[in-house]
Amino acid sequence: MILKAKVYNKIFAFQSFKEVMAKANEEKSGDELVGIAAKSASERVAAKLVLSNLTLEDIYNNPVIPYEEDEVTRAIYDGLNLRIYQEIKSWTVGYLREYVLDHKTTGEDLAHISRGLTSEMIAATAKLMSTMDLVCGSKKMRVQSHCNTTLGVPGTLAFRCQPNHPTDSIEGMMASLKEGLAYGSGDAVIGINPVEDNVETVTRLLETVKNFMIKWEIPTQNCVLAHVTTQMKALEKGAPVDLVFQSIAGTQKANDAFGVSAAILDEAFALAQHKGSATGPNLMYFETGQGSEVSLDAHLGVDMMTLEARTYGYARGYRPFMTNNVSGFIGPETIYSGREVIRADLEDLFMGKLHGLPMGIAPCYTNHMKADQNDQEMGTLLCAMAGSNFFMGVPGGDDVMLSYQDTSYHDDASTREILGLRPLPEFEKWLEKMGILENGKLTERAGDPSIFDK
Amino acid sequence: MAVANNELEKVIIQSVMEELAKKGLLSQKGKDHVMSAAMMDTPIVPNTESKEMVTFPPQEEMQISNPFNADAVKAMKKLTPARIGIGRAGTRPKTMSLLRFLADHAVAQDAVFLDVSEEFLQRMNLMSVQSAAASKDEFLQRPDLGRRLSVEAVKTVSEKCEKNVQVQILIVDGLSSSAIEANIPDLLPALMQGLKSSGIKVGAPFFVKNGRVWIQDHVASIVNSDLIISLIGERPGLGTAESLSAYMIYRPNENTVEADRTVISNIHKGGIPPAEAGAHLTDVIKQILAAKASGVKLNQQK
Ligand code: B12
Repeated sequence: MILKAKVYNKIFAFQSFKEVMAKANEEKSGDELVGIAAKSASERVAAKLVLSNLTLEDIYNNPVIPYEEDEVTRAIYDGLNLRIYQEIKSWTVGYLREYVLDHKTTGEDLAHISRGLTSEMIAATAKLMSTMDLVCGSKKMRVQSHCNTTLGVPGTLAFRCQPNHPTDSIEGMMASLKEGLAYGSGDAVIGINPVEDNVETVTRLLETVKNFMIKWEIPTQNCVLAHVTTQMKALEKGAPVDLVFQSIAGTQKANDAFGVSAAILDEAFALAQHKGSATGPNLMYFETGQGSEVSLDAHLGVDMMTLEARTYGYARGYRPFMTNNVSGFIGPETIYSGREVIRADLEDLFMGKLHGLPMGIAPCYTNHMKADQNDQEMGTLLCAMAGSNFFMGVPGGDDVMLSYQDTSYHDDASTREILGLRPLPEFEKWLEKMGILENGKLTERAGDPSIFDK
Repeated sequence: MAVANNELEKVIIQSVMEELAKKGLLSQKGKDHVMSAAMMDTPIVPNTESKEMVTFPPQEEMQISNPFNADAVKAMKKLTPARIGIGRAGTRPKTMSLLRFLADHAVAQDAVFLDVSEEFLQRMNLMSVQSAAASKDEFLQRPDLGRRLSVEAVKTVSEKCEKNVQVQILIVDGLSSSAIEANIPDLLPALMQGLKSSGIKVGAPFFVKNGRVWIQDHVASIVNSDLIISLIGERPGLGTAESLSAYMIYRPNENTVEADRTVISNIHKGGIPPAEAGAHLTDVIKQILAAKASGVKLNQQK
């Protein structure tokens, strides 16, 4: 393993694979905060150069956190297809990047090698890719999943309708839900973040949405994004849960902080299979994002991007229906600016897809970051071009409970129309039946929540 | 401003203005202003003394053209602070929605940098200490510093705070000082009253500047209370910069993880009203003290 590189007249030597991984990253404040980022532009290039020459076997032999010490590493290695890995282990990272981008390489080919790649190999590849590289690579990969409906159908773009309310008011939530549906948002899931994390609130929200879905024959899935243990209790008591949600991260320490473990997730998945209300087989909804490990001081000296890849490695064993990336959600200490968020979103989309996950992105920002609506909209369009399976749908782009900005119902409709993408097939039929959509375009009637108030 | 040279132009300008006014894009005053300008023969110069100005139409105004049921939309708008019933231009937001969004973003960005005023702290009779983050900029970029007390604060807290109480209350600015000034005057007395009447021994609440959630662990290690609760400013949103959270933990130690905390969020006049939150928090605190556990561990016991 060569850890030294010469960039023109300067020589850079690195101590470990972990250090190379951190220094090969594009600039992000979280890596700087931890003190592991490249010190100069030349050092960054040197790290990329070293990385390009490493083989997949080098990486296999050097997980950034040892197998014995971390449940996430174990999930990644235990889930690996060794036969496929053996076939490609002599490839260098630089070669893998070109393989991904090669015209002859199809999405099917990538789905195949995906099973022989560890998360660090995938992260390493993405570190050698520019914005357009990431879009080209991502666009090739389409991952489909099925809960009540099928997500990821080619030519479609779906949305989670996110009708959050600052007091969990049922009527208030319903008002935002109706507005969202009237814009064609909600085919990925109707997902509510509850203010109060208790079984009663979670059950009440789940039942309300489920009844509305039944009454109006809406082909989608419901979910309430409480802590997984609360959802499990609700499930035990018979609440109609289509998707079980949980936030996850790339180290065992961070997952401990989140109050989750592989044992809890296994139990949740089993419970969803036995007592959940959905068809399946994909029954989990995960949220991830660069920076949560840094924010919880649980990064163990590993860079944010590699930790994000490891999170996907942890997720893939649960065959989720959807994995949503929310890298812009935390704040300037991890992702400083609009530029950094856009980069993170594209990296995450690519890395998630190469893990075989049904990825969606929440190109979002908070008010203490140096980002604005223009950055957010650029990120959205790029991720849509890169073939994100879904985005969020928030009334007017402003989440009044979580206090951050995400794609709006308007952005949802706009993105579809700009790129000629359609809602998920069943949902499109429903929208047409409701007179909201015609030939892939909003009708005069669209955008009016009172169409549900006959 | 264009000047109308003939009657036809005047008529066109008038009808455009009326249409804009109908849609709420122009106030009556604004319309009058434009019309009088159109009637004039000489161009007007900017008049800084004029009292007339462009403002946003009221938030509750329904912006959907030809709704199926206008009253239903108006009623829905009353049920949530979310941006609904705002209509569209094609698939894009209407001009006023876009501009209002930008204005709210500007205000929210500024809110992060406000400090809780000295006057407020005196009025509330709160002792004030600081985290290890010396400025707002440092606070934003170095969460580690916002998670522990400054050297001076450690001394102050050790000297002035009562030890071994059941509950210690901290008021922490976090990401919004507005949240502190808006809610503490109603919340703190209600909470103190609730705890006292439940016979719970409470230390004197004090204020921490530039603090994050974890600073409560540092304070608890000095005052040795059973439970410590931080009333802390949440990151400001476009809807409100006044949202406050209460983070509580039972006897934090070196093995504490985030999931050991219990949080009640969205305390503000549009969420859980502060006075009501006082009673709610009292109940939660009683549960935590009884169970000797908080966070996910507490929920598991339920
Ligand atoms: C930002 C945020 C996060 C970030 C935290 C990073 C960060 N630096 O702040 C991330 C993405 C990691 C996160 C994760 C989760 N969050 Co959160 N989060 C928020 C949010 C939007 C803002 C928090 C804020 O302003 N903090 C103020 C600043 C000053 O605090 P800080 O010291 O800088 O940061 C700490 C807190 O933010 C804290 N924190 C954030 N979320 C949570 C949740 C719980 C249960 C706890 C104990 C602590 C905690 O972690 C940070 C590190 O110490 C709030 C919504 C709101 N309106 O407040 C929800 C909110 C607090 N989160 C919530 C939930 C449910 C979660 C998760 C449990 C989701 C899940 N199912 O896994 C996870 C795991 C949390 C954990 N145990 O660590 C709920 C809590 C509901 C409840 N009453 O229990 C809230 C209210 C949102 C909601 N209604 O859904 N969250």
